[in-house]
Amino acid sequence: MRTIKLTLNGTSVSREIEDNRLLVEFLREDMKLTGTKESCGVGVCGACTVLLDGTPISACLALAVHADGRAVTTIEGIADGDRLHPLQESFLRHGGFQCGICTPGQILAAKALLDANPHPTRAEIQHWMMGNLCRCTGYYKIIESIAAAAGAE
Amino acid sequence: MVPFTYLEPASLDEALALLAEHGEDAKLIAGGTGLVNLMKQRLVRPDFVIGLRAIRALAGISEKDGLRIGALATIQSLEVSELVRRHAPLLAEACGHVATVRVRSMATLGGAMAHGDPNLDTPPALIAMDGQIVARTRRGERTIPVDRFFTGYFGTVLERDEIVTELLIPKQPAGSGTAFLKFLPATQDDYATVSVATRIALGADGTIREARVALGAAAMVPVRARMVEAALSGKASDEKTLGDAAPLVVDAIDPIADFRGSAEYKREMAVVHVRRALVEAAAKAKEAR
Ligand SMILES: Cc1cc2nc3c(=O)[nH]c(=O)nc-3n(C[C@H](O)[C@H](O)[C@H](O)COP(=O)(O)OP(=O)(O)OC[C@H]3O[C@@H](n4cnc5c(N)ncnc54)[C@H](O)[C@@H]3O)c2cc1C
Ligand code: FES
Ligand code: FES
Repeated sequence: MRTIKLTLNGTSVSREIEDNRLLVEFLREDMKLTGTKESCGVGVCGACTVLLDGTPISACLALAVHADGRAVTTIEGIADGDRLHPLQESFLRHGGFQCGICTPGQILAAKALLDANPHPTRAEIQHWMMGNLCRCTGYYKIIESIAAAAGAE
Repeated sequence: MVPFTYLEPASLDEALALLAEHGEDAKLIAGGTGLVNLMKQRLVRPDFVIGLRAIRALAGISEKDGLRIGALATIQSLEVSELVRRHAPLLAEACGHVATVRVRSMATLGGAMAHGDPNLDTPPALIAMDGQIVARTRRGERTIPVDRFFTGYFGTVLERDEIVTELLIPKQPAGSGTAFLKFLPATQDDYATVSVATRIALGADGTIREARVALGAAAMVPVRARMVEAALSGKASDEKTLGDAAPLVVDAIDPIADFRGSAEYKREMAVVHVRRALVEAAAKAKEAR
C-alpha cells in the first residue's frame, strides 16, 4: 500500500492504493468515476483514454502510482459546471455517438489534439484519432464532430 | 494483475543498487505498455517493480557528434522532435508508425529495445542508422551496436542487473537518404506484417558507397540483411540494380506464419518492401547530394 497525491479533474486528491492498482481501476472503483470505460484491457481500443498532464494514455495499461504527482483528466472533468465542453456539444449536435461506450475516450483524445493543434486538417484528425475504435458510428460522424468543434473554437 | 511491491529510485545509482539487490525477483518499468500486458497475462510475475520515471539522467535528447537519446524518451516525443527530424528522420518516421498516439505517448525508446520484441518498428530504424545502446550495471558501462543487441524471441544481451541508459545515433554519412516502410494490410494501428528500414549513401560519382537494410517482424529478432547491403556496395543506384538485390533478403529472414500471413507471403512482401525502400532511400540520397 502507498499514498498517491494527484490533481484529478482540477481537484487535488490523496488516496491509499495497492502498488499494483491500475489507473482504470483507481478511477472507476476507488474514485467512482465510471465515465472512463474499460473494453479491451490491452491498450488497443481507446475506451479507457484519459489525459495524463494533458497527454492521452490508456488507463488500462497505466499503473495508478504513475499518476502520483501528476494531473489526470477524465470525461467527468471537462464540462464547465452545467456548460458542456465544445467537443461534447459538437458530438451531440453532429451525432458523433450511438451506444456511447467509446465516446468518453473519443472526446478526451480529441481534446488533447485540439489543445495541441486547434485547427487540424482532416488528415491530422484521422491520424490522431485512428486508435479510438468505435463499433457503431462508422467514424464519419466522429471526425465531423471534431472538425466542427475545431472550427467553432 | 499480479501483486508486486513498487519501488521508485530517484537516481540511476539507486536504481542499479535496487536491481542488484533484487535480481531475478525484480523488473524495471518505463512506459509500462509491454510489461503491464505481460503481468496481466501472468507471463511475468516480479516481486518488485522498479519504476524509472523519476530518474532525470534517463530523460532528454541532445546533439553532439550525432544524437544521444535518453532511454525514457517517449516514442511520441521522438516523432515530433525537431532535433530527431533533422538528424535522424528515419527514426522520427518509424516512431510515427508505432501503434496509436496513446501507445506512442506511453512507450519509451529504451523500453522498445529492452523488450526484445522482433515486431517493433524502432529497432530496424536504429539498425539502419548504425545506432548503439548504452547500458549500465554497478560494474560499469558498455556500448552495444543495436544489430548485436537482440539474441532471440524477446531476448537481448542485457544482464538482469543492467539498465539501458541511452541510445546513440552517429552522425549520418553525407549524401545519404533513408526510408521506412511498414506493411499494414489489416489496420493502421497493427504491428507490422513486415517492416523495412533502409539507408543509402552515394559517393561523388553517384554509385552506392554504402547500404543498410534492416527488417522488423521478419524473424525471431530484428534483422540486418547484410547480403543485400554487400550486393549494392559500389553499384549504380538505378531501379534495376536495387530491384535485383532485393530478393537476396530472403536468406536473412525467417518469418513465422500467423494471422498476418503465411511465412511464404511474408517472404514475398519482404522482397517487395525492401525493393521499394531501397528505391525511396536512393531517391532521397540523390536529392541530398
Ligand atoms: C496495443 C499496442 C500496440 C503496439 N504496437 C506497436 C507497434 O506497432 N510498433 C511498435 O514499435 N511498438 C508497438 N507497441 C509498443 C511495444 O509493443 C512495447 O510495448 C513498447 O515498446 C515497450 O516500451 P515501454 O517503455 O512501454 O516498456 P515497458 O513496458 O516499461 O518495459 C518493457 C520491457 O523492457 C524493460 N525495460 C524498460 N526500460 C528499460 C531500461 N531503460 N533498461 C532496461 N530494461 C528496460 C522492462 O523491464 C520490460 O521487460 C505497442 C504496444 C501496445 C500496447
Ligand atoms: S480498454 Fe484500454 S485501450 Fe482498450
Ligand atoms: S458509439 Fe458505440 S462504440 Fe462508438
